[in-house]
Amino acid sequence: MPEKSILQISRREALALGAAGAALALGLPTVAFADGEADAIVAEFAGGATPQTGRVTLDAPAEAADGSAVQIAISVDSPMTADDYVTSVVLIGEGNPVPKVGEFHFSPLSGSAQISLRIRLAKTQRVLAVARMKDGSVFMDVKTVKVAAGGC
Amino acid sequence: MDGVKPRVKVPATAAKGETITIKTLVSHPMESGRRKGPDGNILPRQIINKFSCEFNGQPVLAIDISTGFSKDPFFEFTARLEESGTFKFTWVDDDGSVYTEEKAITVN
Repeated sequence: MPEKSILQISRREALALGAAGAALALGLPTVAFADGEADAIVAEFAGGATPQTGRVTLDAPAEAADGSAVQIAISVDSPMTADDYVTSVVLIGEGNPVPKVGEFHFSPLSGSAQISLRIRLAKTQRVLAVARMKDGSVFMDVKTVKVAAGGC
Repeated sequence: MDGVKPRVKVPATAAKGETITIKTLVSHPMESGRRKGPDGNILPRQIINKFSCEFNGQPVLAIDISTGFSKDPFFEFTARLEESGTFKFTWVDDDGSVYTEEKAITVN
């Protein structure tokens, strides 16, 4: 079986839920993924590479009581040498009014590609961390955060 | 913007090649431009839109920041050094203000 990108996998998982799942069960044409803007951000960032699973770890709570300050951490497995390091990471909140939350630019001096911060999430949504390596390969991780009170 | 206070935590010393942890915090409302003020009018957007950390003039970490960052932006990240020197931290505000902080470190 050819390797699936995480976006495809997640899309399938998403289809199992709600209206899209019902449409699938009825054999109707499936709806496009909820937020095309996030896909466009990933595609632009990946620059033609297919995002793969692995190497990126996005730590985010499964549930956040207060969407105005959700503690998250991103870490990417990399030796961070001059020839092999993480150049950038883009962080996306699919359901935010501005889906591109931030972009992080690392260097070998970073020592490790790790960042912890607090973000705003407007509602329950998927959060994506996508990392681009020096060789152009792209890896990503996705977490769904259930938000009780939105904070944007 | 007045009253913005950057704070940075960096160890005073490190071993050569050691990966150290850096913490930064800046007091800032990070007004998203979607919130209403007491008078019912939308408060204009005003955020820190860029952060950078340099060591002896070389980039360590730079962040492009959106309205999706919480108020009082706090970052924890790392650096790996081969020589003693000075970190320079810079926050850029929507209103053009630039807040900076410097920290020296001795690397043995």
